[in-house]
Amino acid sequence: MKAPRQGRLVALTLLALVLFSPPLLLLFDRPTDYGFSSLALVLYGCWAGLILLAAIVLEGRDAD
Amino acid sequence: MQTNWIVLTIAFSYLALLFVIAAWGDRRAEQGRSLVNSPTIYALSIAVYCTAWTFYGSVGRAATTGLSFLLIYLGPTLAMLSGWLVLRKMIRIARAQRITSIADFISARYGKSGGLGMLVALIAVIAIMPYIALQLKAITVSYGVLTEYPNLTPPDLSLQDFWNDKAFWVALVLAVFIILFGTRHLDASERHEGMVTAIAFESLVKLFAFIAVGLFVCFALYPGPSALMADAASMLPNLEQHFGLDQIPGGPLGWFGTLILATLAFITLPRQFQVLVVENVNEQHLRRACWLFPLYLLLINLFVIPIALAGMMGGMSEPDSFVLTLPLSAGLDALPLLVFIGGLSAATSMMIVETIALSTMVSNQLVMPLLLRWRSLHLDPSRDLSGWLLGIRRIAIIAILILGYLYHALIGEAYSLVTIGLVSFAAASQFAPALLLGLYWRGASRNGAAAGLLAGITVWAWTLLIPGFALSGWIPTDFIEQGPYGLTLLKPYALFGLEGWDIYTHSLFWSMLVNIGLLVSVSLFSRQTHMEQTQAALFTNALRPEAEMAAIWQGQANRQELFQLVQRYLGKAATVRLLGVEPLDRHDDSPATPAMLAAAEQGLTGALGSATARILINSVVRGEALDMDSILSILDNTSQTLEYNRRLEQKSNELSRISAELRGANDRLRELDRLKDEFLAMVSHELRTPLTSIRAFAEILNDAEAMEPEQRQHFLGIIVRESERLSRLIEEILDMARLESGRMTLSPERCDLSQLTRQAIEAVEQLFQQRGIRLESRLPDTPCPVIADPDRLQQVLINLLDNASKFAGTDTPRVFVDLTALKQRYEVHVEDNGPGIAVAEREKVFEKFHQIEAGHSDKARPQGTGLGLPISRGIINQQGGRLWVADPKTLTGACIVLALPSAPDETQEVSS
Repeated sequence: MKAPRQGRLVALTLLALVLFSPPLLLLFDRPTDYGFSSLALVLYGCWAGLILLAAIVLEGRDAD
Repeated sequence: MQTNWIVLTIAFSYLALLFVIAAWGDRRAEQGRSLVNSPTIYALSIAVYCTAWTFYGSVGRAATTGLSFLLIYLGPTLAMLSGWLVLRKMIRIARAQRITSIADFISARYGKSGGLGMLVALIAVIAIMPYIALQLKAITVSYGVLTEYPNLTPPDLSLQDFWNDKAFWVALVLAVFIILFGTRHLDASERHEGMVTAIAFESLVKLFAFIAVGLFVCFALYPGPSALMADAASMLPNLEQHFGLDQIPGGPLGWFGTLILATLAFITLPRQFQVLVVENVNEQHLRRACWLFPLYLLLINLFVIPIALAGMMGGMSEPDSFVLTLPLSAGLDALPLLVFIGGLSAATSMMIVETIALSTMVSNQLVMPLLLRWRSLHLDPSRDLSGWLLGIRRIAIIAILILGYLYHALIGEAYSLVTIGLVSFAAASQFAPALLLGLYWRGASRNGAAAGLLAGITVWAWTLLIPGFALSGWIPTDFIEQGPYGLTLLKPYALFGLEGWDIYTHSLFWSMLVNIGLLVSVSLFSRQTHMEQTQAALFTNALRPEAEMAAIWQGQANRQELFQLVQRYLGKAATVRLLGVEPLDRHDDSPATPAMLAAAEQGLTGALGSATARILINSVVRGEALDMDSILSILDNTSQTLEYNRRLEQKSNELSRISAELRGANDRLRELDRLKDEFLAMVSHELRTPLTSIRAFAEILNDAEAMEPEQRQHFLGIIVRESERLSRLIEEILDMARLESGRMTLSPERCDLSQLTRQAIEAVEQLFQQRGIRLESRLPDTPCPVIADPDRLQQVLINLLDNASKFAGTDTPRVFVDLTALKQRYEVHVEDNGPGIAVAEREKVFEKFHQIEAGHSDKARPQGTGLGLPISRGIINQQGGRLWVADPKTLTGACIVLALPSAPDETQEVSS
């Protein structure tokens, strides 16, 4: 059961790196209704989602 | 605005509370009910990452450079997501090798190199110490804001009246705290449970304080977050330029650079290494910390943007103080105090952990190695040095805090101190190549690591530190604009013409380029020592199960010397616990076991660092200290040939053993073959003798036409006797063959030996009377139970009596039979008064066809086959008894002894 979890964590780390890096970020760097960039909201959302995924992978039933 | 006294009382009460919590944590640890043994506490202690610089500075950065503040937290999130893979490996290595700091870790990875440890410790001290000053400055500034608001005057930083500076007293209290809870004892593991408990508590306090301000701003100052946003959109000009990537220094590239910088620094900052790796109690805790700590970071950053926006709308001047000034401007009393305590907790927790980490490095990597090498110091070998160690570490703690305070007081406003946060991140990240590559690439060598580190830190100094000095006004700034001596290629912020990058990404790029480049290339072109290879193998294979077997010590060490050595540094109680033996007799020179040597090295590593421990252990170990081959052969792929060699040798040993066995078996077979031939020859000879006489007499009878009936009768009698003899002989040969092939079937039962002997005597009585032999016997009245086949046993007894009768003396032949009961057995002695058996002959009589040369003058040869005694012995042996020739006791001739074990009691036999 160890190998799939390690693989998932590697994938998750890479996903985080991609989400937090410029090419994708530039897509979200658009003004919102309030005037400033939506980047902040997207970042916070991605961040929370990654934490949730990490919690699921790490605390999942096949953890041991 | 608060009065000084209230603020001071609360601040120092808070510090007192820390003492109480730390003492409680230590108490619980001593009782074995550790508080720290919880993944949540572990995750909270990692939050020492959030210092005062981020507590106050995040909002400031958000207000000035937009989202760049987030990078400082997204980096650690990345590191923690991969933490289960990377950090767990580091934790396991640190546990196995008793690593106490990042300098120790890197030194241990590269062959326990003392020089490399020293280099890392030096870099850490130079780069991180100003960071401590930054925390003190935050305390002074926030105290000033809190007590002077709304008259914000920049704090007067000087050494003139340092006793009026609260930061000085905070530093003093912290020194006491760290000495109390950071250097209480020298244990194999440099863990400080009380301290970690206090740090975890502080993390809760700062989170609570920051969220309280955030809630206040979002819901008390404004009706809600969306109202706040709407207000900001209407009030702030050019808002569309806010919080976009354009606002980040260096744009998208700067964003990426800072993200990587924060990721690396999170792992390599000495205080992070301390809480992540050294203070980790159980690697399973990492599982929860890997998502709980990022969650903590998310929570503490949730309200940064609203607070920054509110501050900007309020038109306040110092963005770094928005957290304090916003509640102050609303006229609140309690909330600013809470914020102040939150900032204080962020500052103190960072200072505590950083100081412990640095002092461990200074004492273990810098001071102790020098002291031990300094021969002129004449460290008395018999002196207890554990006090010395603690003393050095305490002095280091005080020195670090005093230096930190001096930085703060003397250059507190300088550019180089204000920017030290990211600058020291960049310095710490120089450890990352040596650390991370060392974890996964076995080829990384000490020379490569040293070259990479030196070059990386030089580039760091040129591109960040020295320009910082210039911008602080300490040296001319010309070289920034024009390059040194007009060499434009070497302009520190645009090295080799690389312009348009932000200074951190620029510095990170160049320093990492030379650091990684040199580490890889020098490693590829240099040879590793045995020690390096071993450590490299142990580090890179740390997560593999076979790495459990740690370094194996060989060589000789005196147990007493080892005990004294460890005792000098760790004290007596810890030594007894570590080595598991009581102090020994002074003259005891028994060798120490490899396990004791390994335990001693680990214990000393925990207190002194791996390089120093190695030197010390080497001082008492004679001969090769480490069994390189055995470790390498297991762990190192390249030395698999060694393993094959070993196996080949094993196989060839096995082969030679087997061939020796075969040779032995062959010899035995040849011997048996020879015996068989002899036996056949003898058997044919024995068979031929009676056959010849039968044939001779039969021919006489056949040829003689007239013969006296008397003589004919005599000849016929001889033929009959010889035929009987022939059939007896064949019977015996068959018996012999059955005995030797193990096919003789015996039916053992419980029988009475004395009764059997009596029956045997009765059977031969007639014969004895005919031969005129006196037969005497001494048999007990009580039964003598044995387990035997009665028929066979009787056959043996009759055979013995018959033999005795043949060899009894000529004049007054006598035979004496004696049955005695001994402890576990019964012995039947059959003696005669004949010539006896010479000592040399005694075993030969049991050989097949062996016949004693006849001593009887009247009988030319004994009437026997020469198989009686061998058969008797075979039968007796098969029934668990023995048959041998002994010295006669009663008579003068031969004495044959038959011994049989006594049968167990009948009751027992029944019950079992």
